[in-house]
Amino acid sequence: MDAISIRNLWKVFRSGFIPRRRTVLRGINLDVRQGEVFAFLGPNGAGKTTTIKTIVNLIRPTNGDVLIFGKKASTIDARRRIGFLPENPYFYQYLRPVEFLQFNADLCGLPRRVSRTRIPELLQLVGLGDRTQLPIRKFSKGMVQRLGMAQAMINDPDLLILDEPLSGLDPIGRKEFRDIILDLRDRGKTIFFSSHILQDAEMICHRAAILVNGEVRRIGTLEELTAQDIAGYEISIQGFDADRISGLGRIIATQDKTIFIQVSDQTGLDRALSEIPARGGQIQSVIPRRKTLEDVFMGEVQKKS
Amino acid sequence: MKPIAIAAIALTSFREAVRDKILYLLLFFGLLLIATSRVISWLTVGAEIKIIIDIGLAGVSIFGVLVSIFIGISIVHKEIEHKTIYTIIPKPIHRYQFILGKFAGLAITLLLNVIVMSAMLQIAIFLKTWSWNFPVFRACVLILFELLVIVSIAILFSSFSTPILSFLLTLMLYLIGHISYNLIGLAQKAPGTLLPILLKVLYYVLPNLENFNLKTAAVHNLPVPPGFVWASIQYGLLYTAVVLLLSITIFQKRDFS
Ligand SMILES: Nc1ncnc2c1ncn2[C@@H]1O[C@H](COP(=O)(O)OP(=O)(O)OP(=O)(O)O)[C@@H](O)[C@H]1O
Ligand SMILES: [Mg+2]
Repeated sequence: MDAISIRNLWKVFRSGFIPRRRTVLRGINLDVRQGEVFAFLGPNGAGKTTTIKTIVNLIRPTNGDVLIFGKKASTIDARRRIGFLPENPYFYQYLRPVEFLQFNADLCGLPRRVSRTRIPELLQLVGLGDRTQLPIRKFSKGMVQRLGMAQAMINDPDLLILDEPLSGLDPIGRKEFRDIILDLRDRGKTIFFSSHILQDAEMICHRAAILVNGEVRRIGTLEELTAQDIAGYEISIQGFDADRISGLGRIIATQDKTIFIQVSDQTGLDRALSEIPARGGQIQSVIPRRKTLEDVFMGEVQKKS
Repeated sequence: MKPIAIAAIALTSFREAVRDKILYLLLFFGLLLIATSRVISWLTVGAEIKIIIDIGLAGVSIFGVLVSIFIGISIVHKEIEHKTIYTIIPKPIHRYQFILGKFAGLAITLLLNVIVMSAMLQIAIFLKTWSWNFPVFRACVLILFELLVIVSIAILFSSFSTPILSFLLTLMLYLIGHISYNLIGLAQKAPGTLLPILLKVLYYVLPNLENFNLKTAAVHNLPVPPGFVWASIQYGLLYTAVVLLLSITIFQKRDFS
């Protein structure tokens, strides 16, 4: 059974006094398996937040189904197993972190005996252990984000749904959050998060989906997404004249006595590896040029639908 | 169903209301009005106690109504506007628990409000007559139930319209509510068959807030029909329940985005 299973999800908003229809999600299909870290990528306005809100029951689908561990997202049973961090969260300003987490624990029906120990643990985990007496209105953006992460984990959920969890954090905070996510994964939890920051996603996710204009354009493991078309190999050569390269590859740069050439595939690489020494050149390094997630992402965004 | 979730929401919404400066302001004005009635009663001869009760009850009622409308229209709307609701609805609770929790928080706020203001009024009366006034107490109890009706109407309007529109609509219903009892008389006199039916339907749909008005009876120490207070309380609770049910139905379907 999948942690999240989205089938043909459509969302049409009607807004304004004279209702104007706006189709934001166009038949999304998505499966998130148990125990994986899944990145939900897409440019601004692609519909990531809208999708996430339908998963957590803030938005009703116009059409299609969202299942969480096999149960409809609109049921309480489904929501018992999830934790949710909204994008740019905002909380009751007058509460202190402990009071706020106690409120969230009460909403989840957690016994006091459990929450009493879990709340300080969570505050420690997200790095707010020494800020327990500060009212939320005095929090910095990053501190609010950390508190948001703590409330998402209050019921020890099996599935965490995080809308841009790394935004508003400094590099240290981002590293800490990545570590928290990886630690949750090691404990068998499933993490579904949206992001613009591809490097961060690349560092922690197993699989990713790229959403553009309300449609899932690509979905798969990082290897499947990036290795599909290896952009070739980069070879650096010494003791060689540029004019003797002819036919072996494309020269991309020369620096002092070093020449950098690029070959597009395995046969080209094999040929270069045997020919260059034969012609008296010295191979210094061979670097495979993988497509980065960013290449794939940019490719999908620029493609016309 | 987890009553603990409703209680948690009620508690935070109560704390929020108590922190709202508007509450203190209106409370202050309520107390001021009662003080004023003391001053006026010094200046007039004879009917002092009646004037104290008249102005005092008007104060309890008017300021109670203002508090109800202002907090009622903003309490749910603010949660959506500030997005604090985004971490509440995804929790394993029913949406109706959110509305009931919010309402309960406001009901406690209003209860406290009426207790404080009516206590001040009783003290003002006590200083004059050296005895507590039961008719005034009875009138205050019914004011509280009127406020519950008004606050539920404010919540209903705010669940689908803007705060300003909700304010106007709630205020309008409050004013209409105090003359709507005339509709039943009109229905009896109205010509044709359709109009009387229409007026009758309106009579039952619109709140009849005169059911909660024992102010004149308290001022002039008039007798109150037996069972009137209890019937009014039942009417208030029933009307509030129906309006809350409507809010919940709207809330159940809406998107938060
Ligand atoms: N209630 C609404 N009514 C009409 N349009 C809406 C509504 N909510 C969202 N939209 C539109 O849906 C589109 C997708 O919005 P969404 O917030 O899901 O994007 P996103 O992928 O999360 O973007 P970002 O990366 O900027 O957070 C946007 O064009 C937005 O204007
Ligand atoms: Mg978003």
